[in-house]
Amino acid sequence: MATPLVEMKDMCIAFGGVHAVDHVTVDLYPGEVVGLLGHNGAGKSTLIKLLSGAYKADSGEIRINGDEVHIHSPRDARVQNIETIYQTLALADNLDAASNLFLGRELTSPLGFVDDDRMEAETRKIMGRLNPNFKKFNAPVKALSGGQRQSVAIARAVYFNAKILIMDEPTAALGVHETQMVAELIQELKKQGLGIFLISHDIHDVFQLCDRLAVMKNGQLVGSAKTTDVTDDDVLGMIILGKCPPGATPGPGALVDDTVVG
Amino acid sequence: MSDTALPGSKNPAARNLFAALQLDTRLLGMIGAFIVLCLVFNVFTDGRFLTPRNIFNLTIQTVSVAIMATGMVFVIVTRHIDLSVGSLLATVAAIMAVVQTDILPPILGLGHPAIWIIAIIAGIAAGVLIGAFQGWMIGYLSIPAFIVTLGGLLVWRNVAWFITSGQTIGPLDDTFTMIGGIGGTMGETASWIFGFLAVAATLWLQIASRRRKASHGFPVKPVWAEVTMGVVTTVAILGFVAILNAYDIPTARLKRIFAASGETLPEGLTMGYGIPYSVLLLIIITVVMTVVARRTRLGRYIFATGGNPDAAELSGINTRFLTVKVFALMGGLAALAGAVAAARLGFSTNDIGTLDELRVIAAAVIGGTALAGGIGTIYGAILGALIMQSLQSGMAMVGVDAPLQNMVVGTVLVLAVLVDIIYRKRTGD
Repeated sequence: MATPLVEMKDMCIAFGGVHAVDHVTVDLYPGEVVGLLGHNGAGKSTLIKLLSGAYKADSGEIRINGDEVHIHSPRDARVQNIETIYQTLALADNLDAASNLFLGRELTSPLGFVDDDRMEAETRKIMGRLNPNFKKFNAPVKALSGGQRQSVAIARAVYFNAKILIMDEPTAALGVHETQMVAELIQELKKQGLGIFLISHDIHDVFQLCDRLAVMKNGQLVGSAKTTDVTDDDVLGMIILGKCPPGATPGPGALVDDTVVG
Repeated sequence: MSDTALPGSKNPAARNLFAALQLDTRLLGMIGAFIVLCLVFNVFTDGRFLTPRNIFNLTIQTVSVAIMATGMVFVIVTRHIDLSVGSLLATVAAIMAVVQTDILPPILGLGHPAIWIIAIIAGIAAGVLIGAFQGWMIGYLSIPAFIVTLGGLLVWRNVAWFITSGQTIGPLDDTFTMIGGIGGTMGETASWIFGFLAVAATLWLQIASRRRKASHGFPVKPVWAEVTMGVVTTVAILGFVAILNAYDIPTARLKRIFAASGETLPEGLTMGYGIPYSVLLLIIITVVMTVVARRTRLGRYIFATGGNPDAAELSGINTRFLTVKVFALMGGLAALAGAVAAARLGFSTNDIGTLDELRVIAAAVIGGTALAGGIGTIYGAILGALIMQSLQSGMAMVGVDAPLQNMVVGTVLVLAVLVDIIYRKRTGD
């Protein structure tokens, strides 16, 4: 555990005077799941978009395996084996599972034409591993259930050997059974040594799936802690009041007065 | 796009039949509507509608709009619109006319064999540049396509006027006018050869596709379904060639052709026109555009962007540059359509292509292209153009008054979209 897989130091981005992310520092180790928590608009999705290349940071430093990298576009992020599973799923509804899985990285025949049959064969292979019940290979993903769509998005990350996985509310649109499926998948990916950032509103999800958590409020980091060192109420206090409990490491966004009380 | 269920079918046997054929039921519906339309007109015109002569005319009248409709599919699929194609066609036709009548003859000599091709290349270059410029404004400056091309509608119509000072330019180069329609046809033998080659190619593609699917272990259609499909396409292609070949060149014209080469017309000899070069051009464009749509990354990205622009962007697709490419392609196709339209007239006139933007958009939309983006087919747009043209010329042949014709065409456009919406709701597609 010497060098973290990902280090984001002093990340800042502002949109028209609003500091959406204000000097936030987080890190992630291989085989670890770090939960990012906070209210709507706390800046957790924005922070993660700096890593996935959807936004460009105003200042700050991103290190992957200790080396500084510059991520200006989703393409740069993919080069670093960073894959993102978005809240909105980011699938093209009108295309089938294989086209979505390979979108932007299509397999082509020697003549340069898109090889749909080979892509479908690869998709069948990986879906057989991840979600054996998946059968609708020729239907547009619009026709799939939330869980099936989520498994297409996850398959995309797994197929391209992601080292760093970002999951933005991966279970928000899912039923109980499907949520369980995603949870098992996260455990499986952890064993393979991936680092996962998990954004969630659901504290129970976070305690069940994550090793550590980081809480943001108004664009600043309230604090971070091992999930074993804090309780549900501690975390709620961090999210709602910005109060950092004794078991957590306070960040720049923590309420200074209250930390003394504990 | 590829739906296999037959909606509302009460008959399970029919459902299995169509399911086994894996046909696009939407396409079947359109073909059905087209056939009904033709039969109705045939009755009302006492059999004049479905003659080789009228079918020949219908095809050459459709070409110009159909060429542009293939490009409009991509534009609409990416959630844009191009209102400027009719005006763009006029500008490009004017450029091609000026190049071949004013600029090149003094340099190369009148009737030089290279004139027609240089004129067309100049036209395509102009069309692609103008299209790319409009695409750049839409993609990179984020001006809505509706506004950019509405401005283009006015600008390019009057650029054409400016170039020609409002005059009709012509007569155009003799070789150039051959891509217009009746002035340039392949003749019977070449048409048959083309027909058989086309049949061989489609059958080979069908077999290759089946083998490829089987090699990956995917489910394939039953053999009888494949054979049925093969027979239907073969009959359709050869039937089309036979009809175009059955339209005989008038004896007076044949006499002139023979006289021109210093021979006399043998008694009783007749010759059919065969496939016009303009139709050949349309067939080539259709094949190329279909391949682009289905088998290239460009096509895949066009449909992905139309389906979910954010997802496309997050997948690393440069959607801005994609917009430029789509509009440049539309410009190039408008140039080819302009060449066909001007060649058909023999002149470049001031009002060439007027209202074509509406015909082209209507053809694409009737052909099943969804204005919400992400859905559309090239063959659908061609069929849409054919339906529009049949409706227009059929009514003219029946003797429907001009204002009524346009009222019907407008109503049909709205109804076609309504039927499409109902269909999509039913099939959940």
